[in-house]
Amino acid sequence: MKTTSPVTVLIAAIGATVITLAQNWKLAGFIFILIVGGLFPLMASGVFTFQITQLLIYAIAIAGLNLLTGFNGQFSLGHSAFYAIGAYVSAVLMTQLDMPFYLTIPIAAAVCFVFGFLFGLPALRLEGIYLALATFALAIATPQILKFKPIEHLTGGVQGLALFHLKPEAPFGLQLDQDQWTFYVTFAVTILMFFFAFSLVNSRSGRAMKAIRDNHIAAKVTGINLSLFKTLTFGVSALFTGVAGALSAMLIAFVAPDSFQITLAVAIFVGMVVGGVGWIPGAFLGALFILFVPNIAEHIAFGLAAFFDFVRKFIPFFPTIGEQSSKGLTGTVYGVFLILLIYVMPSGLAGLLRLAVQRLAQARS
Amino acid sequence: MEQVVQQIVGGLATGAIYACIALSIVMIYQAIDHLNFAQGEMAMFSTYIAWQLMHWGMPYWGAFFLTIAISFVLGYAIERIVFKPVHNAPVLSHIVIFIALFVIINSMAGFIWEFTIKPFPTPFGTKPVLGGGILSAHGAGMIAVTGIMLVMLYAFFRYTRVGLAMRAASANPDSARLVGIRVGFMNALGWGMAAAIGAVAGIMIAPVVFLEPNMMVTILLYGFAGAVVGGLTSPGGAVFGGFAVGVIENLASFVPQFGAEMKLTIALALIILVLTLKPNGLFGRKIVSRV
Amino acid sequence: MSTPLLSAKNLRAFYGPTQILYDIDFDMHAGGITTLLGANGAGKTTTLRALSGMVKTAGEIRFDGKLISNKETADIVRLGVAHVPEGRGTFVRQTVEENLQLGGITQPAGQIAADIDLVFTYFPRLKERFRQQAGTLSGGEQQMLAIGRALMLRPKVMLLDEPSFGLAPLIVQEMFGILRRLNQKEKVSMFLVEQNASLALELADHAYLLETGRVVMSGPAKELSQDENIRRAYLGY
Ligand SMILES: Nc1ncnc2c1ncn2[C@@H]1O[C@H](COP(=O)(O)OP(=O)(O)O)[C@@H](O)[C@H]1O
Ligand SMILES: [Mg+2]
Repeated sequence: MKTTSPVTVLIAAIGATVITLAQNWKLAGFIFILIVGGLFPLMASGVFTFQITQLLIYAIAIAGLNLLTGFNGQFSLGHSAFYAIGAYVSAVLMTQLDMPFYLTIPIAAAVCFVFGFLFGLPALRLEGIYLALATFALAIATPQILKFKPIEHLTGGVQGLALFHLKPEAPFGLQLDQDQWTFYVTFAVTILMFFFAFSLVNSRSGRAMKAIRDNHIAAKVTGINLSLFKTLTFGVSALFTGVAGALSAMLIAFVAPDSFQITLAVAIFVGMVVGGVGWIPGAFLGALFILFVPNIAEHIAFGLAAFFDFVRKFIPFFPTIGEQSSKGLTGTVYGVFLILLIYVMPSGLAGLLRLAVQRLAQARS
Repeated sequence: MEQVVQQIVGGLATGAIYACIALSIVMIYQAIDHLNFAQGEMAMFSTYIAWQLMHWGMPYWGAFFLTIAISFVLGYAIERIVFKPVHNAPVLSHIVIFIALFVIINSMAGFIWEFTIKPFPTPFGTKPVLGGGILSAHGAGMIAVTGIMLVMLYAFFRYTRVGLAMRAASANPDSARLVGIRVGFMNALGWGMAAAIGAVAGIMIAPVVFLEPNMMVTILLYGFAGAVVGGLTSPGGAVFGGFAVGVIENLASFVPQFGAEMKLTIALALIILVLTLKPNGLFGRKIVSRV
Repeated sequence: MSTPLLSAKNLRAFYGPTQILYDIDFDMHAGGITTLLGANGAGKTTTLRALSGMVKTAGEIRFDGKLISNKETADIVRLGVAHVPEGRGTFVRQTVEENLQLGGITQPAGQIAADIDLVFTYFPRLKERFRQQAGTLSGGEQQMLAIGRALMLRPKVMLLDEPSFGLAPLIVQEMFGILRRLNQKEKVSMFLVEQNASLALELADHAYLLETGRVVMSGPAKELSQDENIRRAYLGY
């Protein structure tokens, strides 16, 4: 009689797992992501952990906008407003009611859903470009509304609210610093939100959303309640972005009106287009772009500024470049990047990937 | 009562600027079917060009007209260089290009002229021309310049062949091609003209708000509001809308608690209100959206 | 025989990835009227759109000996190709006058007034409607306006897309009479697309038959109108 040694058991177990995972690549991918995410903050530097946390937050916001635009065909250049509402709801609840941060996330989500739903009502009557305009106006007005005097005792007015002392600590005596713990919280919420997004898109409701995007009249004929679905989608989209806002309040530990300028709305929008309209995972690529490309542009701008300084030695008329001006160069480089990107891939990274897949398929057949 | 009249007159003066911007928005909208989010920045850049020309010693009106010419060329060039290659890209990508233009022009202005505020001269003077000092000579001048420009534009579109061709190209591009109109060229002309109109608006508003790279951001929003109130398809409506927004904005300062701080929010509310009640603006036609 | 005024060789046309026309060949000579017949969806409109550069094509199109396959629509039009499109392409918000002016927009300004008068001799009705918004005209009047607009170009050839579409039989008769006169007096060659085969064959001297994007038969109009199959399928007797 042979006794099964622990090693055989282990090998058998691993083998069985590998086979199961190979058959179910989605599960395998999920486990892989869990492992990478779980180990990441333990190995990366604090700054990098912070950045990746920010990346996940942006990705959630972008996915929210993508649900609205990519899957329902409605524009928004105003998602900074919902991001701001999420952040402020979370911040105000923590400062005014001493509520623990975790509890503020669902409340921020609910409040944003309601706001999104309400904004979706007038939006119902607006087509394409008009909707872009109305939301653009919303984004521009947001910082002003946040500074509004009568609500200053809640929002802290121009100064905003500091949350440093309220940042959650890792529980159970875990040896994690605040940034590491913040990453884990964000990571968990990200998984949850994307799981929600994927399920929604593949559900009956998701098909209705897409039907509306593709063809109003046909969707109406098949008995879809157009108005309800469009406003609901607006609500869900705002919900996503609001959750991202709440997470960002915790990450930055500070909210102020000027953090929620039109530039934020634009960043979310650019992230969506770059990642690919109508492709949920593209949110991460888009987030990557809006997080790092401005930095790259800044480096290039510094290089250019140095180059111009060098040129100026030979050409007396060449304008002087001050500290401020290299800030100007950064924006220019970033803008040129954006234009080149659209030239190279008019439909974003998703479009490029789709094209590549098509080409491969063609080459094979 | 007298106060109300004063506020209305004052509102007409700023309204003249909003009308200019609204008009240039509508012009580009007619030409290319898009809202140009970089419109305000183009106007700001033009204003800097005028400032530079005067700084180099050119007299005011010389700089004024040369700037208009340069702006026309720049607007034309932007269409040809930046937009023509991506003509068939999805609408969302076009908006990204507008955003990129916005950032580039804004940053370039800061790069070339620094981000500090510069005073800008007025050719009309600042003496009050109406009782109570609510309408300055400059305000009256702005209204007059806007008026002249509108009449000229009307004449251009109504009585010249190029104007007719531009209208045809925007109303029905396919048919326009079939009578031999180069629609792309007309689009670029539309851009050039919108840039020139924007230049006038920028030069006129600069003495009031001072010259700096972000001077146009909020004015653009009012311009949008004006264009929307009037209806994006109606140049005359846009002008009316611009004046209306100027007046409403000024009257809003009577509302307690609101005052000056909430002006932007008022513009927002106005946009949403008008669009909700009359989705095509007060004077607009139904737009068959291509989005 | 002289070189053809308008000809196509191996002409293919596409909407996106979908091919609509397959290796179309035809010649048409100056002064004549050629008709392209075919059922709904055969590709007649697409052929005209290919000729005036409005769809993606492959193959060769020559006009007056010059290769025009890769030219822009506006440039083809300026060579003297007046396309009267399906649906008439009226500038509905412009007046009748402006529509006619637009037709001659590429011509010297000095000849416009005289050319408008010429259009009036063929379509007196347009004179009565001169200042009216073109969108308010009846279908027949809009068709007249479309042909008048094309005439303003002083074209060498007119590409006509179903000018009889949606018109009362009497008006159609009148219209075809005018087309014949235009051909004879103004020396405008015509490439006529029609579903109304009997009328078209009566007017034209040469005919092509299109089926699902391919030319399946061609020859003098007289011969085609005698053909058994054509008579049964397209003439209905
Ligand atoms: N814009 C378009 N996109 C895709 N397919 C088209 C388009 N226009 C026409 N088609 C297709 O091309 C074929 C030929 O159409 P068309 O040339 O209009 O035919 P005809 O004028 O002979 O009735 C039809 O099958 C039609 O469905
Ligand atoms: Mg047809």
